[in-house]
Amino acid sequence: MEMITVTQENFEKQVLHSGRPVMVDFWAPWCAYCRRIAPAVGQIADEHGERLGVGKINIDEQPALAGQFQVETIPTLMLFREGKAIGEPLTAPSSKAQISSWLQENGAL
Amino acid sequence: MTDSIYDVIIIGGGPGGYTAALYCVRSGLSALVIEKLSAGGQMAETEQVDNYPGAGEGIGGFELAERMREGAERFGARTLYAQAQKADLRANPKRITTDQGERLGRSVVLAMGAYPRMLGLAGEQELRGKGIAYCAACDGMAYRGKTVAVAGGGNSAVADALMLAKLCAKVYLIHRRDTLTASKVYLKALRENGIEILWNSRVTRLLHDGRLTGVELAEVNTDRRSKLACDGLFVAIGRIPDTGLAAGQAATDPSGYLVADETTRTSIPGVFAVGDLRTKPMRQIVTAAADGAVASRFVEEYLVELFNGQP
Repeated sequence: MEMITVTQENFEKQVLHSGRPVMVDFWAPWCAYCRRIAPAVGQIADEHGERLGVGKINIDEQPALAGQFQVETIPTLMLFREGKAIGEPLTAPSSKAQISSWLQENGAL
Repeated sequence: MTDSIYDVIIIGGGPGGYTAALYCVRSGLSALVIEKLSAGGQMAETEQVDNYPGAGEGIGGFELAERMREGAERFGARTLYAQAQKADLRANPKRITTDQGERLGRSVVLAMGAYPRMLGLAGEQELRGKGIAYCAACDGMAYRGKTVAVAGGGNSAVADALMLAKLCAKVYLIHRRDTLTASKVYLKALRENGIEILWNSRVTRLLHDGRLTGVELAEVNTDRRSKLACDGLFVAIGRIPDTGLAAGQAATDPSGYLVADETTRTSIPGVFAVGDLRTKPMRQIVTAAADGAVASRFVEEYLVELFNGQP
C-alpha cells in the first residue's frame, strides 16, 4: 500500500475526507527515532492498506500542520476518522506491537 | 511456519543479534530474529557511526543496521517484527511468545540490548520530548542555539556534551563527583568547547511550565540548592540492560547484566547473551558484533551435543 505524503494542500482530501481511517506520522529527516519507526509504519501500511490509510507529514516542510495539531515532539502518530482526530496521539512508540494495539484501541484495525 | 522449530531464535535485531544471525545461517542453521521495531537497536538512533571498522567517512546508524539485516537475510535469516512477551528458556525446544504468536527454537540468543537509565524525578516521563532527552544524537538538533545541560560524567555524557556544544549556545555538564569518570582525554576537549562543568552536583528537581525551564541542583557535600535555567536536559547516567525476558531464569550480576563470559553462554544451556546486555568491559557496536559471531560457534556446539543427546 502506498504511503501518502501529506501536505497542507492535500490534507483535507487525503486525511479528513478519506473514506477510511488515516494514520499520520509526523516526522522530520533529522529525527533519528523517526527513521527507526518508519519501517514499522510502512509494514502497517502494507498489511492493512485496505482498511487504513497511512500518511507522513514532514514537519519541516509542513510547520502549519504540525502547529495546528500541536505536535511538539516527533515521531508522533495521529489517527483521523471522518474528518476528526481520534484518541490520544502516540509519541515515540517503542515497538510495532505498540502501534498496532494503539490502532486497535482506537478502532482503526 | 509457526510449527517449525528454528535452530536458533535471536531476540533483538541490533548489531549483536544480526551478526549472530549472519554467522548462524552461514553455518547452515535456520535462524529467526525477533525485532520489536526495526533493525539496529540503540545503534539505529545514532546519527553517524565513525568507530565501526570500515565506516570510512562515517555511516548512519540506521543505514548500518539495515545493511546488517540485509546481510543476514541474504543468507537465509528471517526477521519477525514482533514484541517478545515471554520466553520459556529452560523448555526444550525453547518457547518464545510474541504478540504475533509463539515461535520455537532449539537454542536462543538474547540480544535485547539496553536502554537509558532515568533520573527518577517527578515529571521526567511527561517532559520527555519537552526538554528532557536521553540521546544527544537523536534530539540535539531540536536545541540548536539554546542552553542545555547534560547530567552524567561517563564517556557517553561527555560525548553528548561535546556534540551539543556544536549546536547549542551554552552547554553545562552536571556531574556528581569532582572528577570525570570519562577518559581523561575528554577534559581538554570539554574546556576547548566552552562546556561548563558543574562538579559535585546532582539534579534534584525539574522546573517546568509544561516545557522544561530549568533544573534544581544540589551540591552533594553541603546539599546547598541552586537553580540552573536551561531549555533542555540530556540525561546520560548510564543504561539498563533489557533482560526482563530472562528474569528469574538466567543468572545476572548485581546491575542486572546477564552473566556470560567470552563464549556468550549464559547459566542456561542453549541460551546465549550477546551485546550490551552481557557482562563485559566495553559496550560498543564492534564488541556486540563480535559477541554475535562468537555465539554462533557455541550455538553450533550446543546443537551438535543436543543431537547427540548429551545435555
